[in-house]
Amino acid sequence: MKVLIVGLNHKTADIDIREKLSFNGLKLEDGMIKFKGLPEVEEAMILSTCNRVELYANVSDAEKASMSIKGFLSRFHNIDMAVLDNVLYIYDDVAAIRHVFRVASSLDSMVVGEPQILGQLKEAFEFALEKKTTGLLLNKLMKKAISVAKRVRTETRIAENAVSISFAAVELARKIFTDLSEKSFMLLGAGEMAELAARHLMNNGVKEVIVANRTYERACELANEFNGRPVKFDEFPQEMVHTDIVICSTGAPRYVLMKDQMQKVMKERKQKPVFIIDISVPRNIDPKINQLENVYLYDIDDLQGIVDANMLERHKEAEKAERIIEEEVETFLKWQSSLDSVPTIVALRDKAEEIKKEELENLINKLPELGERERKAI
Amino acid sequence: MVTILFELALTFYFAAAIVSVMELFRGTKTTSRFVLTFAVIGFLIHTANIIARYVIAGHIPITNLHEASSFFSWCIVLLFFFLEYRYRLGLLGSFIMPVVFILMLSSSMLPRKIEPLSPVLQSYWLGIHTVLAFLGDAAFAMAFGIGIMYLLQEHYVKSKRLGGLFQRLPSLQILDEINYKLITLGFPLLTLAIITGALWAESAWGSYWRWDPKETWSLITWFIYALVLHARLTAGWRGKRAAILSIIGFAAVLFTFFGVNLLLKGLHAFK
Repeated sequence: MKVLIVGLNHKTADIDIREKLSFNGLKLEDGMIKFKGLPEVEEAMILSTCNRVELYANVSDAEKASMSIKGFLSRFHNIDMAVLDNVLYIYDDVAAIRHVFRVASSLDSMVVGEPQILGQLKEAFEFALEKKTTGLLLNKLMKKAISVAKRVRTETRIAENAVSISFAAVELARKIFTDLSEKSFMLLGAGEMAELAARHLMNNGVKEVIVANRTYERACELANEFNGRPVKFDEFPQEMVHTDIVICSTGAPRYVLMKDQMQKVMKERKQKPVFIIDISVPRNIDPKINQLENVYLYDIDDLQGIVDANMLERHKEAEKAERIIEEEVETFLKWQSSLDSVPTIVALRDKAEEIKKEELENLINKLPELGERERKAI
Repeated sequence: MVTILFELALTFYFAAAIVSVMELFRGTKTTSRFVLTFAVIGFLIHTANIIARYVIAGHIPITNLHEASSFFSWCIVLLFFFLEYRYRLGLLGSFIMPVVFILMLSSSMLPRKIEPLSPVLQSYWLGIHTVLAFLGDAAFAMAFGIGIMYLLQEHYVKSKRLGGLFQRLPSLQILDEINYKLITLGFPLLTLAIITGALWAESAWGSYWRWDPKETWSLITWFIYALVLHARLTAGWRGKRAAILSIIGFAAVLFTFFGVNLLLKGLHAFK
């Protein structure tokens, strides 16, 4: 009774191999049944996401079982064994338990700490439960992995800070304004990154969207897409009087908004705070604007700086998480070994019962003069 | 008995203040729950202490500096519970409970004897005037705490270093809004306190206003908060400026309260 994992992830395999080996849609059920059908495998479960494919099993002989699972993968996905050897990792027993806990806690993720993987693992587990391919060992392992992941999330700050530029922008907006749904937002120009950040803000619900672009048609197009209102580019400073958040990325080679212009805008809006995100390179907003009261200007480097600092923080927290995981691996191993001793205990108890019976019979045979009452008492 | 209640309340406020400061360094849900629990227990005992004094003295117990300071703290804690219930601002306790503790501590060091009320003070104005004044002052104390929180958070956002308390402090907008609300609450209370004080002075001493230091300093305080409100509505002095002004305003409140009584002599000086 041992946990065995055969798998690959974004570190060991390119996207095209991961695609070929993935168990998506109908393939999952078919794959699980065939996987469970392998003679060396007692329990089976498959986790398949864009970044990883992992097969979990309860086996007695890890070596034999891993060969058989590899063979199964090769046949199922029609991939050469030699290719598989290059990308697959195999963990058994303690290493496997640790690996599952690390995956669930998002320590093995592409972006450490991102929580999606836990949801995906839960789903995979639920599917396995539904198809009844798991049993005592894997059920306990998965339940434990989920609780370990929760413990890591509450006891460390691994998932606390934003680690992408658009997340960082939204997080900042939330610390400047209370409720984004009553704020209006302007998209000035349109680069890919600006659109991404805009989309992110929109997902958090803003009251009104204004789109300004050098070419008015493009502004109309984008306004359509974002369900907003297009304005002529020259009018944007006037629009800023009632705009709370601005994302700017125009591709202009110079500043399109200067400090004295902004000063006028602030006066007109009675100093209500403005959050400006200038994603353009070269910058489009005069950096001196940040000196104005109630104006918060962030450029791409500022945001990247925050992301880097947060990433560093996450890696520090990940070390704490690793310690938690070591602890939990220990407890799991204890549980597992107590399980191993169950048959021994049962055997011992049976043996004791047998001896008792024998001895009693001997005793009764030795004392034939005892009456029915005395025998019962004994 | 009265003394024991006071000491107990002080102890619980002390515990709340210590945990609330610890929370700045390492905060979890448990620590903020501890702060609130200690504050609630302290507040209940404190309430019992004030009622006991009322029963023994037979009039509202705000007639010496010990009682006044104690009642002032009581009002602040009451307002703290209200804000905590209404807005659930992270870390508010860390910026308010230490203030409460310091006020209570200074109260504990002042003479506590319950003495018969001098004839001039024996009036229903005593209760009205003092309660209005301290409720107003409590709102200003709260605005002070919120103002410090604002300045801290604004510093993080402006300097673009988002470490420290950035994650746990509330947003700038909510802090600014609450600051404004507190001042719009405190200002009319202070105004009414000054008016009722003048009316009382007229009935007790025969003139509405005598420019005694307490009166002068109350007026100065009143002007500072009038400026805060006026500048906000006309010139858009919000955010950082409002926060700084509310800190200056509270300094004036404290001076009117302690400074005048301890440093300057006048009709308002408690015996």
